[in-house]
Amino acid sequence: MRLPAREQAELAGQRLYHFHGGLQLRHYKKISCQLPLGRSKLPPRLYVPLLPHAGAQAHALVVQGQAVLKGQPIARYELPQAGLLHAPTSGTVTAIAPHPISHPSGEEGMAVIIEPDGRDLWCKLQPMEQWQEADPELLRQRIAESGIVGLGGAVFPTHIKVNQARDKGIHTLILNGAECEPYISCDEMLMREQPQRVVQGALVLQRASGARRIIIAIEDQMGEVWDFLEAAIESSGANHIQLVKVTNIYPEGGEKQLIQVLTGLEVPEGLRPADLGLLCQNVATAAAAAEAVIDGKPLIERIVTITGKGVKRPANLLALLGTPISNLIEQCGGYSQDAARLLLGGPMMGYALPSDANPVIKAANCILVLTHADVASEREELPCIRCGECARVCPAVLLPQQLQWDLRHGLFDDAAKHGLNACIECGCCDLVCPSHIPLTQWFRFGKSEGRIQTEEKKTAELARQRFEARELRLASIQQNRDKRLEEKKQNLQKQFVQQEKITAVLQRVAQRSAQPVLQHSDAAPVADPPDSIQPRDDESS
Amino acid sequence: MTRTFATADAPHIPATSSVASVMQQVLYALLPGIAAHCWYFGPGILLQIVLAITFALVFEAGMLRIRQQPLRTHLLDFSAVVTAVLFALCLPPLVPWWIAMLGMFFAIVIAKHLYGGLGHNVFNPAMVGYVVVLICFPQVMTQWLPATAPDSWTVGLWDSIITIFSGQLALPVAWDAVSQATPLDTLRTGINAGLTVEEIHNSVIFGDFGGRGWEWIANWYALGGLWLLWRRIISWQVPLTMIGSVVLLGLLAYLIDSGSNPSPMQHMFSGALILGAFFIATDPVTGCTSNRGRLLFGAGVGVFTLVIRRWGGYPDGVAFAVLLMNMAAPLIDRYSVPRYYGK
Repeated sequence: MRLPAREQAELAGQRLYHFHGGLQLRHYKKISCQLPLGRSKLPPRLYVPLLPHAGAQAHALVVQGQAVLKGQPIARYELPQAGLLHAPTSGTVTAIAPHPISHPSGEEGMAVIIEPDGRDLWCKLQPMEQWQEADPELLRQRIAESGIVGLGGAVFPTHIKVNQARDKGIHTLILNGAECEPYISCDEMLMREQPQRVVQGALVLQRASGARRIIIAIEDQMGEVWDFLEAAIESSGANHIQLVKVTNIYPEGGEKQLIQVLTGLEVPEGLRPADLGLLCQNVATAAAAAEAVIDGKPLIERIVTITGKGVKRPANLLALLGTPISNLIEQCGGYSQDAARLLLGGPMMGYALPSDANPVIKAANCILVLTHADVASEREELPCIRCGECARVCPAVLLPQQLQWDLRHGLFDDAAKHGLNACIECGCCDLVCPSHIPLTQWFRFGKSEGRIQTEEKKTAELARQRFEARELRLASIQQNRDKRLEEKKQNLQKQFVQQEKITAVLQRVAQRSAQPVLQHSDAAPVADPPDSIQPRDDESS
Repeated sequence: MTRTFATADAPHIPATSSVASVMQQVLYALLPGIAAHCWYFGPGILLQIVLAITFALVFEAGMLRIRQQPLRTHLLDFSAVVTAVLFALCLPPLVPWWIAMLGMFFAIVIAKHLYGGLGHNVFNPAMVGYVVVLICFPQVMTQWLPATAPDSWTVGLWDSIITIFSGQLALPVAWDAVSQATPLDTLRTGINAGLTVEEIHNSVIFGDFGGRGWEWIANWYALGGLWLLWRRIISWQVPLTMIGSVVLLGLLAYLIDSGSNPSPMQHMFSGALILGAFFIATDPVTGCTSNRGRLLFGAGVGVFTLVIRRWGGYPDGVAFAVLLMNMAAPLIDRYSVPRYYGK
């Protein structure tokens, strides 16, 4: 028997399900787990990008020359995001100027440039000691003020998700520790080194969102991480937290896929996990939330995996936001001889940066340097042979080859009908395509182009409606006018007939009296002909 | 010191396969079947394969040139070679050389390139080529040799070469003296002449479960096909439903009237059914793409094959059945789109 979706979602984690497709990739995670978690050195300058998030622009709250303290807000997002950016260390704002900002486009953007004073002085922090009893609204506010965003790479503002969860009334909080992209190990390192923080974060988010249950999902190849988390749960007395091991199939760490594995449910199109009673957060996000609520510290640093065969000593570093990537690479022994490509994120979904002057941002879970041997050599693209491998591996159960045809022919509506917007851009189809068609690239293009076209269509539709309304209005004005003219004409005709009758009577009278005829000089109709009447142009009626 | 890097789009891991490697694996998978074919019917088939590949590549190169496509990439994608080999495997081993030329002309020039080249053709090129020569030259296309072990081949290598290139049998006897009808042909004419299947089966051209020789060639093709399945080059849906529908319907007919309907084993192991199920109907370009579509496609090919064998004008119907289903594939694809995530 099939339970209603929400009820089935309540059974999350009781048994594990499969999601469609996916790939088993070599994960290369050990490379960056050889050294313990380090801390990045303070660079001579920090560059905090004023990156737009989810459509909201960031506005600097500081000016050039201003002294800032560590943790002090330096930029605010426009509503509705209302997030904040904070100074990663104490020092002076030397400029707010264009600089590489680690954007996927590779373009420069405005950044707050801070010269550290080396003292690393915190602004006044407000730790919340009684957070376990505090009003959940306070917790949510603190999360918003601390600039917490999803640290798994999507950087969606956490407070918005938590607010949605509160509004929908969720039952289960899922902490996502399934770091499925190859090479990335920052979440694993966090759970290894600070399991206590992760557990605290889970409890903070539980209180803030009103969830009854907590599931922490990790990958089966993470070894001792399980024991560390188990011990942390034990010592914090939060025995209701359930640990779950999921198999290492890419892209299992995707929110939709993880939910499917834990509940057997798909998040219906147009709905959010909160509609199923679920809140999914990355483990690092939870740890950051704990830091924000319990210690009062805003999000100013994150663990970054610096790895790949292009780096001499791969490691995980706790890095201040705004630290130039070149500094981190230097700390990891520099580039190896054949470094060829610098990525922010993993090899499947990460994006290539044009230079290492780009700074660490909140989304920077991994700095991956690939060698010439790693990266795809330029192989010629052939036409699709419709082998269907792409459909076999697609976690969104799409037919990528069909979508590709739609997009090549500009059929954006058809592509949308075939589910283009369900594509999570995981890149599985690209990897298995024997014709080397850049499918994911097509889908990214199709989504943005489709959005633009939808917008244009909306505008055109609106214009059409306006035009039709105007036509209708003008027609009704004309109709009124015609009616009025018609009435006038009939009146005049009536008058004319009457006048004629009068004339005839007068004539008869005159004839009868056989007197010299008395002529009426004004017997003719008096009105102008109707077509000489000026129409009144009253569009406002 | 900042360092700059060349950028590229995600994903940043090289693709795991290529069209060329897919095609090469199909060719490898055909090797056991080709060897078996050679064992029973002599070396003629090897010559036909060489001829067909040569003509295929010549026509392919010519068409690529005319269409201003990159020669090297497409010649090395091995798709034309696969077409050529599949075509050659359908031929009687000693047909004259121009059969391969004509077949490949229709396969490569007409069926493939005039429809837009690799990936765009509606009809399976190898089957188009085969059907054209089958319809145009029915006499030549039925000159099969008896299946025998190599020690009793009637036509050796040298005689085969002479026969193929001269178009005349190189032996001092008439064609009728060496050629023999295929098992399916024998069945057909037998049943039409009013014989029962059992009586027909007493003929020497039938083996243990199919046609003599043919049954083993089919087995070796199946082995190659299973390897392709394991390598995930082909999907299981088409072979399963194609063979399944023939076996089920064949069994039904056999149970109803075993006198005029051969057993399903005969159907499977006498003609091109196994070759078709694993190598021809599984052609991705001209088949269906969704899994449900592939189930239907395979079943359709199976049913049409049986119908043609039973009521049609040709003893074997695989080629026609594949072409018929090629026509239906776009429609099936349209109505078998899977439900995507969250819909």
